[in-house]
Amino acid sequence: MEFSSQRLADVVVAVPVGQIDHPNAGRLEQALAPILDTADLPMTGLVLDFSRVEYISSMGLRVLLMAAKQLRARNARIAVAALQPVVAEIFGIARFNHVLEVFPDVRAALGQLSKNALAAYDAPAR
Amino acid sequence: MKRIRFWGTRGSLPVALTASGVRDKVIRALRAASGRTFASDAELHAFVEGLGMPVSGSYGGHTSCVEIETGGSEYVLCDLGTGVRPFGQKAMARHGPASPQTYHVFMSHVHWDHIMGFPFFTPAYIAGNRIRIYGGHAELEAAFRRQQSAPCFPVDFDALGADIEFVHLDPGGQYDIAGMQVRLMLQRHSGDSYGYRFEAGGKTVIYTTDSEHKLEDPAETASYVDFFRDADVVIFDAMFSLSDAISVKADWGHSSNIVGVELCQLAGARQLCLFHHEPIHGDDAIDRVLAETRRYEEITRSGNPLLVNAAYDGLEIEL
Repeated sequence: MEFSSQRLADVVVAVPVGQIDHPNAGRLEQALAPILDTADLPMTGLVLDFSRVEYISSMGLRVLLMAAKQLRARNARIAVAALQPVVAEIFGIARFNHVLEVFPDVRAALGQLSKNALAAYDAPAR
Repeated sequence: MKRIRFWGTRGSLPVALTASGVRDKVIRALRAASGRTFASDAELHAFVEGLGMPVSGSYGGHTSCVEIETGGSEYVLCDLGTGVRPFGQKAMARHGPASPQTYHVFMSHVHWDHIMGFPFFTPAYIAGNRIRIYGGHAELEAAFRRQQSAPCFPVDFDALGADIEFVHLDPGGQYDIAGMQVRLMLQRHSGDSYGYRFEAGGKTVIYTTDSEHKLEDPAETASYVDFFRDADVVIFDAMFSLSDAISVKADWGHSSNIVGVELCQLAGARQLCLFHHEPIHGDDAIDRVLAETRRYEEITRSGNPLLVNAAYDGLEIEL
């Protein structure tokens, strides 16, 4: 599983790639840890761009839920964006669409989380 | 082992089908039949069968009680929820009071919904019957005696006429009972629970209810996979959705359909039977969970298909 992230104003956009199955769930957890542990930087939220995630298992979903708990303790939000159809189905079956904010794309998620982050996303340099 | 017969499949509390629930089913059936005619009873039965469980039937409301028909003359049950009352009636109708029988009962644990049928189990009142109640809990007998003590019940446990014996089993041990090899496994549940692996005649049945799975513990997952290995049927506590099981209902001691599929796939099991249904779920909700679970199995399948069923009172699974 590949993973990258970038900061847009007060929001971090993280991009996991591939299958978040049982073996890869731990890798996602490790990849998210530095982002979640950065308490000294102001952070309104975390957007997980799932456009390149092909599958997520229960272990992977648990990692998302743990991340949500950590962020909520800091009054920050977590959003998941651009789910592929199969992953969206899994979210529905697991009822994760009830416990995590899900958006059709990253821009829509940023629009809900932070105006500054959305402005950075829309900036011409992109 | 020949077959599994479900007498009670509901979790936590018995559930009754209400008058409005029946009316709703009748209306939906009539709507589906609108304009149709049926030339024979067989045609009518076929039509009703095709309506699906939420319309033509019900998942039922008795609490946990599952019969394993071994092919031998002695009865084998898992748990003594309210489903044991109709089981006992059927056994009495079959044998009458003058033909003593032996009943082997494997207890997952002694929470109320798993023992509450026993005071209404008619064979327990009849001298000559032998009842062997097996489990891993030290307080197994005390729990049964307590629920039949005043002021909770009018007939004291000591008034029961059958020869009743409580037999302690240890996890890790292997036992030969009623012609089956039996192993049990300690499970995560308030006050502990035990899952059972029954093997006989080349068939394997797992009874695992009231069991929470902590996904962050790979060793625990591996031990369940080993316990479920190559099972023909896994009767699995799927009371909650995954999100509930690991968030608002974490540590409530139950599992989900998704974890059931994943464990069975890892173990190479052939059939998953969703069990211990959430009592607030109606037939439509359970039916939806079943359809979603089958879809999840399809999405995640990498080897042989895993057959997925939802247990209902009266379901029989041939082994």
